Amino acid sequence: MLESALRGSRRYWTLITGLLVLIAIGAIAYAGQFIHGLGLTGMSRDVVWGLYVSQLTFLVGVAASAVMVVLPYYLHHFKAFGKMTILGEFLAITAVVMCILFVTVDLGQPMRFMNIFLHPTPHSMLFWDTVVLFGYLTLNVIISRATLRAERAGMPPPKWVKPLIYLSVPWAVSIHTVTAFLYCGLAGRTFWESAILAPRFLASAFAAGPALLILLALVVRRTTKFDPGLQAIDKLAEIVAYAMAINAFFILLEVFTTMYSHVPEDIAHYTYAYLGLHGHTMLVPWSWASVTLAVVALVLLIVPRFRRNHKLLVFGCIAVYGSLWIDKGLAMVLTGFVPSPLDDVTQYYPTGRELLIALGIYALGALVLTVLYKIAISVREELQA
Amino acid sequence: MERRSFLKWAGLGALGTAAAPLATAIQKSAPHVQPAAGELKAKRWAMVIDTRKCLKERGCTKCIEACDQGHNVPYLFPGRRLPLLSNPKHEVKWDWKEPFDHVFPELSGPFLEPAKKEEPTLVMCNHCDDPPCVRVCPTQATFKRADGIVMQDLHRCIGCRYCMVACPFGSRSFNWEDPRQYFAPWTPGEPEANPDFPTRTKGVVEKCTFCAERLDVGEMPLCVEACAKVFAPLGTSPAMTFGDRDDPKSPVAQILRTANVVRRKPELGTSPNVFYIL
Repeated sequence: MLESALRGSRRYWTLITGLLVLIAIGAIAYAGQFIHGLGLTGMSRDVVWGLYVSQLTFLVGVAASAVMVVLPYYLHHFKAFGKMTILGEFLAITAVVMCILFVTVDLGQPMRFMNIFLHPTPHSMLFWDTVVLFGYLTLNVIISRATLRAERAGMPPPKWVKPLIYLSVPWAVSIHTVTAFLYCGLAGRTFWESAILAPRFLASAFAAGPALLILLALVVRRTTKFDPGLQAIDKLAEIVAYAMAINAFFILLEVFTTMYSHVPEDIAHYTYAYLGLHGHTMLVPWSWASVTLAVVALVLLIVPRFRRNHKLLVFGCIAVYGSLWIDKGLAMVLTGFVPSPLDDVTQYYPTGRELLIALGIYALGALVLTVLYKIAISVREELQA
Repeated sequence: MERRSFLKWAGLGALGTAAAPLATAIQKSAPHVQPAAGELKAKRWAMVIDTRKCLKERGCTKCIEACDQGHNVPYLFPGRRLPLLSNPKHEVKWDWKEPFDHVFPELSGPFLEPAKKEEPTLVMCNHCDDPPCVRVCPTQATFKRADGIVMQDLHRCIGCRYCMVACPFGSRSFNWEDPRQYFAPWTPGEPEANPDFPTRTKGVVEKCTFCAERLDVGEMPLCVEACAKVFAPLGTSPAMTFGDRDDPKSPVAQILRTANVVRRKPELGTSPNVFYIL
């Protein structure tokens, strides 16, 4: 099947070349960081994690969201998702690959990565996060390969793959739950210390992931002969609407609990994110942009007339993705560090190099996704021909 | 291969398989390192810092200097070697001073005079009974010894900095850059680094070790020793006391029994072993 990724139109190869250039730029930027250390990033003693770990957190959600097509299709036999499922699974694979890369570039001693497996530590949530991420990657690679091969041969998926598919459903929930546990189990980091963090992560994941999937499906539909199905897109839009509303509800619950209880330590973090603390306002425009985009997204998605209009749906999905990327891929991690345990306010600005490395990883993700989608689409086109 | 020689080799193999666990068991039962003759031992090491005494020597930073010099800590004092550091946000700190209201915000009431709020207060790793840093470390690079000292295996650390996120006291430092580039002789003519203590590499997390390497050879921690030197000519007991919390006869245990001591953020349940008299 892989050979179909090596045959493509001029447009396909232009895209591949462009992504390879971005990956090369990212790799060169990373070489510098590898040699000189993480001092070349904007992170500091007080803001210990930055853009890289934020992207990990956000992309774990994108990976987990594949369950939103897998579950209706395999557990509820919702046939309209038949063609969408493989796109969801390939998106999950891509997202996990990017997660693993983002963890790796964040390490001070990346050559020692395997120490996590050489010295397994069950009481560390980071150990479990690595385990569930690698497990989820393996599951999705096996499942998507088996189902796609079967489809090409015109046969139903092999029987042995069914239990793996069922296993992948709770596993998807687990990857994001464990990622939330990285944060919410830390005494003294009050911004994250919330039992609702895992459900909030899942809600935002089930909004952002399917929103991205809708956008990808629309692109695939427009640029290839493969049609993931309009009914599937409409159903996904409903899922995004529900998940986005639930996420907004969860955020408001957090805001109420913090603000009404009047605990100064807890309020300080929210003050930093939304109003600025001691004149430090770096996150403020981002936070309000996220809120604004969320409101726009909710209006476009909840009103059926807007949601069913695919031009508006595109804007709705971009708004969802943008809002949640800011919320989880930026603000969630950074806000937790300000103020610091010693009550200092240190701001974090990613350096140019950090941005290039992140861009390189996103380009690599786009490359993996392009190749995987090319394979899936070739199989479908073969079948249609 | 003949049957005879096959049996011989198989027999040897079986013997080897049986001998391997035995050898491991013998290895485990034998002490890996011969303890030094004067090694200081404790059930649980602890420190008491009497800030009232420390204040008498206002501006005194002998404890910090001794620690930084002895442990090749690249951060030094403003005016001394700080300009060499490219970015103060990257400081490595083992023990240092913070304004009182940042160390004990709950004890800095709204009416406390500003001078009191800003009083420099010594902080370091608390060597907690239940250390969150040890709990979160994915490789057990940071671990707790039987005597309570929280240590760091700098050769195993992968530099994920999760311990820094978990520490509620900000007591851990990451080597954002190669620390060796900031070494310079303390006094002209001396070597750049203390040859008796290992220097570190970029990309690992480090912190105060209660001078485990000195306790092993029967010496008190550098900061405690430096503090004692400051107070010796004054004829009073020093601001820092170090010893076995669980030995009723130790000076630390005696202070803990009789004085009103406080610890940082006791509500978090980490149970710090650095105690303060305010």
